[in-house]
Amino acid sequence: MSVRPNTRPAGHKPPFWRDRAKRALVFQLLLTAAVAVFLFYIIGNVQDNLSARGITTGFGFLNNTAGFGIVQSLIDYSSQDTYGRTFVVGLMNTLLVGGLGVIAATLVGFIVGIARLSPNWLLARLATAYIETFRNIPLLLQIFFWYFAVLRTLPSARDSMAFGEVIFLNVRGLYLPEPLFESGFGLIPAAFIVAIIASIALMVWNKRRHEATGKRIPAGWISLALILGLPLLVTVATGVPITWDIPELRGFNFRGGFTVIPEFLALWLALSIYTAAFIAEIVRSGIQAISHGQTEAAQALSLPRNLVLRLVVIPQALRVIIPPLTSQYLNLIKNSSLATAIGYPDLVSVFAGTTLNQTGQAIEVIAMTMAVYLTISLLVSMFMNWFNARVALVER
Amino acid sequence: MKTLKWISVGACALAPAVAMGTTLETVQSRDSVRCGVNAAQPGFSSLDDNDTYRGLDTDVCRAIAAAALGDASKVDFVPLDSVERFTALQSGEVDVLSRTTTWTSSRDTTQGMHFTGVSYYDGQTFMVASDLGVQSAEELDGAAVCTQSGTTSELNLSDYFRIHDMSYDAVVFDSPEQSIAGFEAGRCDVLSSDASQLYAQRMQLADPNMAVVLPEIISKEPLGPAVRQGDDQWFNIVKWSLFAMLNAEELDVSSSNIDEHADSDNPDIARLLGQDGNFGEGMGLNADWAYQIIKQVGNYAEMFDRNVGADSNFKIARGLNALWRDGGIQYAPPIR
Repeated sequence: MSVRPNTRPAGHKPPFWRDRAKRALVFQLLLTAAVAVFLFYIIGNVQDNLSARGITTGFGFLNNTAGFGIVQSLIDYSSQDTYGRTFVVGLMNTLLVGGLGVIAATLVGFIVGIARLSPNWLLARLATAYIETFRNIPLLLQIFFWYFAVLRTLPSARDSMAFGEVIFLNVRGLYLPEPLFESGFGLIPAAFIVAIIASIALMVWNKRRHEATGKRIPAGWISLALILGLPLLVTVATGVPITWDIPELRGFNFRGGFTVIPEFLALWLALSIYTAAFIAEIVRSGIQAISHGQTEAAQALSLPRNLVLRLVVIPQALRVIIPPLTSQYLNLIKNSSLATAIGYPDLVSVFAGTTLNQTGQAIEVIAMTMAVYLTISLLVSMFMNWFNARVALVER
Repeated sequence: MKTLKWISVGACALAPAVAMGTTLETVQSRDSVRCGVNAAQPGFSSLDDNDTYRGLDTDVCRAIAAAALGDASKVDFVPLDSVERFTALQSGEVDVLSRTTTWTSSRDTTQGMHFTGVSYYDGQTFMVASDLGVQSAEELDGAAVCTQSGTTSELNLSDYFRIHDMSYDAVVFDSPEQSIAGFEAGRCDVLSSDASQLYAQRMQLADPNMAVVLPEIISKEPLGPAVRQGDDQWFNIVKWSLFAMLNAEELDVSSSNIDEHADSDNPDIARLLGQDGNFGEGMGLNADWAYQIIKQVGNYAEMFDRNVGADSNFKIARGLNALWRDGGIQYAPPIR
């Protein structure tokens, strides 16, 4: 092995363009400066052009009165509120359908994915048919299908389908009784929280005891009974401090109660069912990635089938499943912007639709909307990366 | 269609801040007027059996093309929905917007556009299913109302229900076709829009008798063409194209009798038709600009009757749109 002789005289540094690290730094600085100048130019240019064309700019419009109604809002909203509030209303509607969509798609996707690997011939074929049907039809068409073909065939408000005279389903949506809480209600959520804390403590104790003695109790079932039973017990003990606001047909529509609008149902169903087909394939590939020898080895230890899945297969499969699952979650949330096609009041429909049009401030509104989707996606990614790091196989 | 927004955002970002050629120069070099219209609103702008756009709004476009290019057929129609229409105008995608658009102060002052006049005086009202037995809009408390996104209808609706202390559910769609489909399927009890549009939409129902249009008019909706700010010459051309049609009706000059007025003794007609003086010069047009409009498109009465009035399926009365001398409010400044 030869050592290159250091021919430079000591104390004399090479010029910076000969130094690779410094050269790289200079290029990076130049690139950053170029991007900054470009952005500066673009923003200035946009402002000049807009003011030259007599188009108002800036975010002052967010404080103006909106003056239009929104059919579904999770927070108090009236047409006298500001455009800024329409942003929040739209954002929350997007998060609602995105969040519930992620939950439903995950549940359905895992069930279908496992079903596809089932030794039961019929179950496996049904799961295959589900996957191949729903992932090969464009999502927008599926949304239209659920909205126009399924929900629109429901009866009118006056001929509603009634379930026990408290739940009604018609073309205007699903009308559910809404619980109204009376004084003394606060004890029930308190009981719920106590039950959850007790359950966690029980689980931890059970695990330690299992590791120490090899004995264990069915802590899962006890916890479930605790979480459901304790609040129920408190409810009965406090004399049921809940009254139900039951929907009732008055005039044109049902009043009172809680309404799930058909636009929400259609969008939620379409997003969940569509994304679930992809998740099912991800789950299947994840499970199949685990060598069959692992299962056989676990069975040789005479572990029951559910524990083979829970303790051996799924923890390893999750490593394969989670990264593509994250992409599907992001897709689902971004696809929820198709809401505008059927009039579900999500962020794109309310804010980048009506608000944009009433104020005419396209650049500000579109920039805010893009920033929201970017933020949501990055947060979901961050969470999933953290979760992935947790379940990743720790190599020793 | 949302791509349009992005195109405009991109265009605004990249277009250099220097002035471009005037709209008239652009139109003449392209040899056509790009005109933003409704995709499907019978009476104002819809495709006929020959795939040609017909309607009052499209005839306004044709009049502009006749004045600017001497040929009413040189129009490229660009169908736009209510959400993308202003962006299309601002970004230069269209030269003029003639799309049942209500003239309001905020649109005139903050959206970089100027309305040039009123081609149709309209007002918002309600259409309800006949079997509901509703006689008046004041009985609509609690109704679900279908309407279109980004329109003045959406705003008037909220004002009307608030003033009358009533509640409503707004079901907002992107296009008139979707809102009529929603109404027909029973998603909403009420369809609310400008009266002219409701009459046209009622005709599109499988059974027009299943719905009635209520008598109340809850708003002023002056509909007219709009152009970008900053080009006064083009603004004048669009403005005076409509005024020329109104003046022609007032002077009883129509497409059928215009050539009988070749040497008119009436000085107003002589000025209108460019026989006395050149009133097109100030707009960069030929002296016969108004002659071309009337010869090829007709006067205002012809345009109205053909598209929405007596000779159409809609049989809408002239009402406010009659000339001032006939009890309406259509009035054009003189050409001189």
